[in-house]
Amino acid sequence: MTIDVKMAWRNIWRNPRRSILTISAIAFSSLLLVFMLSFQFGSYETMINTSVKIHIGHLQVQADEYLDKKTIGLVVPNPAAVAAVLETIPQVEAYTFRGQTFSLVSSKQRTCGAVVTGIDPRREAQVSRLKKLVRQGRFLSEKDRAQALIGKLLARNLRLGLGDELTVLGQARDGSIAATVVTIKGIYSSSIDEFDRSAIQIPLKTFQTVYAMNDAVHEVVIIAKSLSDVAGIKRSIESKLLALENQKPLRTLDWQELMPGLRQGIEMDLISGMIFYFLLILVVAFSILNTFLMAIFERTKEFGVMMAIGTTPGRLTKVLLIESMTLTVIGIISGILLGSMMTLYFQSRGIDFSGASDLLSQFGISGRMYPKLTMLSAISGPMAVWAITFLAALYPALKVRRMRPVDAMRAV
Amino acid sequence: MNIVECTDVNKTYQQGQVQIVALKDVSFCIETGAFVALAGPSGSGKTTLLNLIGGLDSADSGDITVDGNPFGQMSQSQLAKLRLYMVGFVFQAYNLIPVRSAAENVEFVMLLQRIPVSERKQRARAILDEVGLGGKYDRRPAQLSGGQQQRVAVARAIVSNPSIVLADEPTANLDSKTGKGLLEIMKKMNLEKQITFIFSTHDKMVMDYARRLILLQDGRLADDRVK
Ligand SMILES: Nc1ncnc2c1ncn2[C@@H]1O[C@H](COP(=O)(O)OP(=O)(O)OP(=O)(O)O)[C@@H](O)[C@H]1O
Ligand SMILES: [Mg+2]
Repeated sequence: MTIDVKMAWRNIWRNPRRSILTISAIAFSSLLLVFMLSFQFGSYETMINTSVKIHIGHLQVQADEYLDKKTIGLVVPNPAAVAAVLETIPQVEAYTFRGQTFSLVSSKQRTCGAVVTGIDPRREAQVSRLKKLVRQGRFLSEKDRAQALIGKLLARNLRLGLGDELTVLGQARDGSIAATVVTIKGIYSSSIDEFDRSAIQIPLKTFQTVYAMNDAVHEVVIIAKSLSDVAGIKRSIESKLLALENQKPLRTLDWQELMPGLRQGIEMDLISGMIFYFLLILVVAFSILNTFLMAIFERTKEFGVMMAIGTTPGRLTKVLLIESMTLTVIGIISGILLGSMMTLYFQSRGIDFSGASDLLSQFGISGRMYPKLTMLSAISGPMAVWAITFLAALYPALKVRRMRPVDAMRAV
Repeated sequence: MNIVECTDVNKTYQQGQVQIVALKDVSFCIETGAFVALAGPSGSGKTTLLNLIGGLDSADSGDITVDGNPFGQMSQSQLAKLRLYMVGFVFQAYNLIPVRSAAENVEFVMLLQRIPVSERKQRARAILDEVGLGGKYDRRPAQLSGGQQQRVAVARAIVSNPSIVLADEPTANLDSKTGKGLLEIMKKMNLEKQITFIFSTHDKMVMDYARRLILLQDGRLADDRVK
C-alpha cells in the first residue's frame, strides 16, 4: 500500500503545473458549490424568517379547516388551554393569539375591504416584527381599546393619517352586524406589499367584543427558538392537544403548510440550482477526464516497461486511482476550506441585494443577504464533485488494465 | 531440468489485410543455466519469440512453459508476478523509466518485491558497481550514454536474481568494445549466479560468446547447435 501511495505521489509531482491546475479546478468548483449552496440555504432561511417574523409565525394552532375557509365561526374556543400546553414545551420561544376576519373599512373619503386582526399588543411584540415596522405613530399598548394600526399602502389608499378615524363594518361570529370606530395610532411598513395593503390591527379585546368572539381566537401563533425545532414542537403540540377536550378538532400547522407558496418557491429555486450545479460538475468532470487520459496516454510506454519488469496491471490501476484521488481530495479539501472561509466572511458581513430577484422580493428580501454555512452546504457539493471525479478517473485507470505489455511498449 | 519449453509455437500478426507469419511451429527446450544466442536476419522473429517467452505477448497456438508454468492458463497479472520473480528483461531500446534515476530504475523491481529500502539501496549500488556504473547512481537515463543505459538495463534485469534473463539485441546500439564489456558481465552473472540467458543478436561476435546457438529464419527454427 505505502509503495503504491509513494509511487502515486511521485507521479503527481512529475508534472506539477498540470497537477496544480487540476487541483485548482477541483478546488474552485468545490469552493463555488460550498458558497452557492450556503447562499441558497441562507436566503431560504432569511425568506422563511422574514415571513415568519412579520406575521405567519413558525407554527399556528387553528380550528380545523380555518386555513382554507377563513370563516369567522371556525375558532380556537379556549386559547388559555392551548397556552397551557405551549408553556410546557421548552423550545417555544413565544406565542400570541389573534382574531382575524374580513371587513369593510371606511375613511371619510373611501371604503375598501381589509383583514381586521385583533392582536394582543404585549405578546404580539414578542412574536412578530410588527412593533418594529411601525414607521409613523406608535404601536398599540395594553390599555388601548379603540386604536388601530394600519399598513402604509392601505392608509394611502384610504387617504388616512395618524389620529384619523376609521369605521369598521363587518359580520360578527353570531351573525349580527359588527361595527366600531377606531383611531389610527400607528402606520407600519413591512417590505411585503401584500401585507401593507390589506390589513389593520386592533386590540384583541376590542376584536373579541366587536365580533362577539367571547374568549375565542382564530390563530395561536408560535415562534420556535430555531427553525430546526419546528417539527419537534409540532409533534409535542399535536400529542398534547389530543388530550384536550375539544368539540371541534384543532390543527397544528407549520410554516410550510401556512405558506405553501414559499415552500414551492424554495423547491423551484433548489431545482434550478441543482441543474446549474450538475452542469458545473459535469464540466469539471470532463476536464478531469481529459487530464487523466492525457497523463495515461503519455505514459503508455512506461506502463509497458513497468508491466514487463513485473508490475501487475491491477497495481498500475491502483496507483493511477490513488494518483487521481489524491488530486481530487486535495482539491476538495482546499475547496471546502476556502469556500467555508469565504462563506463565513460573507455570513458575518452580508451581501448587498438591492436589486433582488422576484422570488426574493416577494418574500421580503431587498436588503442584505446572509449565506449560511451548514454541514450540508459545506459537504454535499464537494462530495458530488468527488463522486463524479472518481468515475471520470475510473475509465482511464481501467483502460490501463486492458493494456498488453508489448502493445504498450510499442507506443511512443 | 528445462527452464523454457516451447512446443509448436505459432504467431501471426495481422497488418491490415495482410497476415505476417512471425513464428511458425517453433519448438525447443532450454536447460537451466544455459547461455543461448538467438540469431537470424532482421524480421526473422527473434523479438517476437523473446516476448512470448517473457509472457509479454501471447502465442496464437502452441505451448510455452517457463520453470514449469504453462502460460496458456495464466492471467496477465499472474504473468506479471512470474516476470517479477523469475524473468529479467533487457530490451533493444533500453526501456528505462525516464523519470527515475539509474539506481531507482534498478531498485524498482526490488520495490515491487517489497524488499526493505536499505537492502534495496545497497543491492542496487552493488550491482551498478558491478556493471561499471559506480558513482552514476543518481543520473537520469537521459544523462547517460546508450551503453551506460543498456548496462543499467542489465543491472535491473539481474538485480533480483531471476532464473532467466531475456535480452533483445542487448549490444545492437553499442560499439564493439562496450558490447563486449556487457557480454562479459552477462557471462559472469551466468557463471556465478546460474542465471539462464537468452539473447537475440545478428552480430557474429555476440554469437561467439554463446554456448548454444538457435537460428531463426522466416519464423522457423533453422538451426540449433551446442558448441
Ligand atoms: N506489432 C507487429 N505488427 C505487425 N507485424 C509485426 C509486429 N511485430 C513484428 N512484426 C513482424 O513480424 C516479423 C518478425 O518480427 P520481429 O520483430 O520478431 O523480428 P526480429 O527478428 O526481432 O527483427 P530485428 O532483428 O529487426 O529486430 C517481422 O516480419 C515483423 O515485420
Ligand atoms: Mg527485434
